Amino acid sequence: MTRAAAIAAGALLLLLLGIPIASLILRVPAASLAARMSEPAIQEALRLSLVTTLASTLIIVLLGTPVAYVLATRSFPGKRVVETVIDLPMVLPPTVAGLALLLAFGRAGFVGRALGIELPFTTLAVILAQVFMSAPFFIAPARAGFSGVDRRLVDAAATLRASEGYTFARVVLPLTLPSLTAGAAMACARALGEFGATITFAGNLPGVTQTMPLAVYVAFQSDLEAAIVLSVLLMILSFGLLLGLRAATGRMGSASSLVSPIAR
Amino acid sequence: MLVGESGSGKTTALRLLAGLLDPAEGRIEVDGETYFDSARRLSVAASKRSIGYVAQDYALFPHLGVLENVAFGLRAARVSAAAARKRAAALLERFGIPGLWARKPDQLSGGQQQRVALARALAVDPRLLLLDEPLAALDLATRRVVRAELIRLLAELPCTTIYVTHSPAEALIFGHHVAVLENGRVRQSGARDELLRHPRSAYVAEFLGLNLFRGVVTSRTEDGLARVAVDGGELYLAEDAKEGDEVHIVVDPREVVLSIERPQGSARNVFFGPIEELAPEPPLGDRLRVTVASRPALIAEVTRAAASAMALAPGRMAYASFKATGARAYR
Repeated sequence: MTRAAAIAAGALLLLLLGIPIASLILRVPAASLAARMSEPAIQEALRLSLVTTLASTLIIVLLGTPVAYVLATRSFPGKRVVETVIDLPMVLPPTVAGLALLLAFGRAGFVGRALGIELPFTTLAVILAQVFMSAPFFIAPARAGFSGVDRRLVDAAATLRASEGYTFARVVLPLTLPSLTAGAAMACARALGEFGATITFAGNLPGVTQTMPLAVYVAFQSDLEAAIVLSVLLMILSFGLLLGLRAATGRMGSASSLVSPIAR
Repeated sequence: MLVGESGSGKTTALRLLAGLLDPAEGRIEVDGETYFDSARRLSVAASKRSIGYVAQDYALFPHLGVLENVAFGLRAARVSAAAARKRAAALLERFGIPGLWARKPDQLSGGQQQRVALARALAVDPRLLLLDEPLAALDLATRRVVRAELIRLLAELPCTTIYVTHSPAEALIFGHHVAVLENGRVRQSGARDELLRHPRSAYVAEFLGLNLFRGVVTSRTEDGLARVAVDGGELYLAEDAKEGDEVHIVVDPREVVLSIERPQGSARNVFFGPIEELAPEPPLGDRLRVTVASRPALIAEVTRAAASAMALAPGRMAYASFKATGARAYR
């Protein structure tokens, strides 16, 4: 009885998720796909999306790793507040984030005026919006990974004369790699799909700030076929990213469970 | 040798020494070098202390091979990779682990893991080696073999070793100098034989497995023995204690003779009661500790052969006796 209910619920959910995806794939203009793909507008959006996503993921990993490590291993006053601020973009409407970024880094913005810089409507703004929105998707798993490292191994390294930096590089980092990779892939996927904050903060300039999601939105109003091609491309990229992540963490996960006799 | 029940603070003591934990106050000095001094607000980091530490579960690095584990401390100290590997290999060879160098710790037996952990700690030449229950993580069958090897290895070490255990037997076999820990405090510390002969508290006596009685000398017999009233009965001692003296009396279980018939010999202390328990004395192999619920109750240690000859079993009535000279008393 409950089993039948579970199967029914599963089937319904699968249809709910599957039918839209299938509809999109079925509407792909097979005949003109190749020609469509080589259109400069689509190529431009694709290139911009890949470059900005790569850059923002890199920034997130570089800045987020130490933050995640500190959050996982230290306690300090106001830690809860810091954690909540970091998590906030996960639930914040992206347009609100975009507006906040605009008020901070815009021409009349707080930082903009102080430093005399102008970020909006540049590629840098796209990257900044992606970093803002996607960082928590990296920090959360990274932090969990660092928390999961057995303290006894860190202690053992200390009694073996290893400095904190050496221990981090040779013990903590290798053991946390699966979590960091998973976090980076999640952040990357989120950055790739970023729309609201980007269009609010960076605008919608083809070749400069018009990433794939923005291009889909624009094309949707004039050229449905172009929108479909872009959407399918985006979907394939995201699907590949998540599938690769699963394969990678699956492999590393089983390996790391093999090598953790300490965690009995 | 630091011995105490679980929760008595053994591991904490080691962590304090290793620098993984700082005491609220006090001073830690090893070999003339001060590592911690609350008065001077001094605390040398764990990585700067010349102390090797082998944790109870060995804490081998799961992602590194055996050789890399042992070479870890040398590499951290910027010894070249080639030199570190050479030294690690030599240590592993000496500890009887040749040819498993690429294996990960989880592919080793418990005994091998222990030796790798020991080699890893010794690779950096510590002045002091801390071993936390090195046999606890092993199953019983392995423990017997590993114990013998460990005795041999530790005897060859150039550095002082502090060995923590909850097992009095282990403490007595391994330790030259034994400290008994109870509730975070050292109850008694001294040479092993000194502790066995003169346990200063019931806790230490019971912990080390001796019969300890407390009593008052009630009178002296014509043949010069002291008659002592203890909880549950009376003992005779060949000691010159005076009437009214309060004394502690220690009887080594090996001095207590068991028999089914009333003993005919010269033993002055003869007690009769049901056998309560027979416990093997594992470290000594072929011996049994027999508790007789006489008044007072006594623990005797007999060989397995003697026990089976007398058909000793729980519930069987037996005589437990010892000579007046077999008991030691002190105030």
